[in-house]
Amino acid sequence: MFANLTSGLDFHAKALVLRADRQRILASNIANADTPGYVARDFNFRETLGQMTKTSGSELSKAGLGLTLQTSTSTTHPRHVELPAVSSNGTLSGTGALVYATQSQPSVDGNSVDLDRERASFVDNSVRYESTLRFINGQSRTILSAIQGQ
Amino acid sequence: MSMFSIFNVSGSAVSAQSQRLNVVASNLANADAVAGPDGQAYKARQVVFQTLPMGGDATAGVKVNAITESNQPFKRIHDPNHPSADADGYVNYSNVNPVEEMVNMISASRSYQNNIEVMNTAKSLLLKTLQMGQ
Repeated sequence: MFANLTSGLDFHAKALVLRADRQRILASNIANADTPGYVARDFNFRETLGQMTKTSGSELSKAGLGLTLQTSTSTTHPRHVELPAVSSNGTLSGTGALVYATQSQPSVDGNSVDLDRERASFVDNSVRYESTLRFINGQSRTILSAIQGQ
Repeated sequence: MSMFSIFNVSGSAVSAQSQRLNVVASNLANADAVAGPDGQAYKARQVVFQTLPMGGDATAGVKVNAITESNQPFKRIHDPNHPSADADGYVNYSNVNPVEEMVNMISASRSYQNNIEVMNTAKSLLLKTLQMGQ
């Protein structure tokens, strides 16, 4: 019974860890904006989170929380490149987990960091990190008030 | 180690960029330096950045791998009355290109600011994480 209470929190905890990982990768990209030959990296958040929560997905839908994820790769534009997800064990350390960015404005030194894109992603990711935090806070407060019955 | 390594990554970038700024400053300071008795004037210096892996994943910082000297020819100006003039009456000035250095300076300062901002964002996110459940 208690698992039903905290299963929503578990989902958000995984999302938070993944957001922190992405934040770190984006910070590395920005740090290497002037390094010759550096290739920017990133990963597909939705796919990765889908793989991480695959086992607990049925539990979530059973609990009626409606948190099952749509994991199909859908691109919104024919020229979008599909990003592969990270390895199924949920860690980012597996090879091929992270993808490389192509040069948007080719430079002679072979650096593929697009600073505008990276900064936009960084801000976007930090806002989403914060919203995940708020979800966790809100849910834990709900659980607490349910326990206290006040 | 979660988001704490952002401080290492951005910190390494900030220190590399400040070294680049240092090199620009010394280049600009020596822009009008003339050659000594050996005929060798100041040569413009450039930092070479290299990616510094920081424990797996894609966490990569930056380090200054080397400082190279420019091999551009010295600026030669005919001035027979100058005390440093050679036998032909030419004075060798340093090969620093001030315009290039100014551009380099702006680029370094922007990158520096970018990384500081990244650290500020990471800091505020971590502080908010600390307040989780309160």
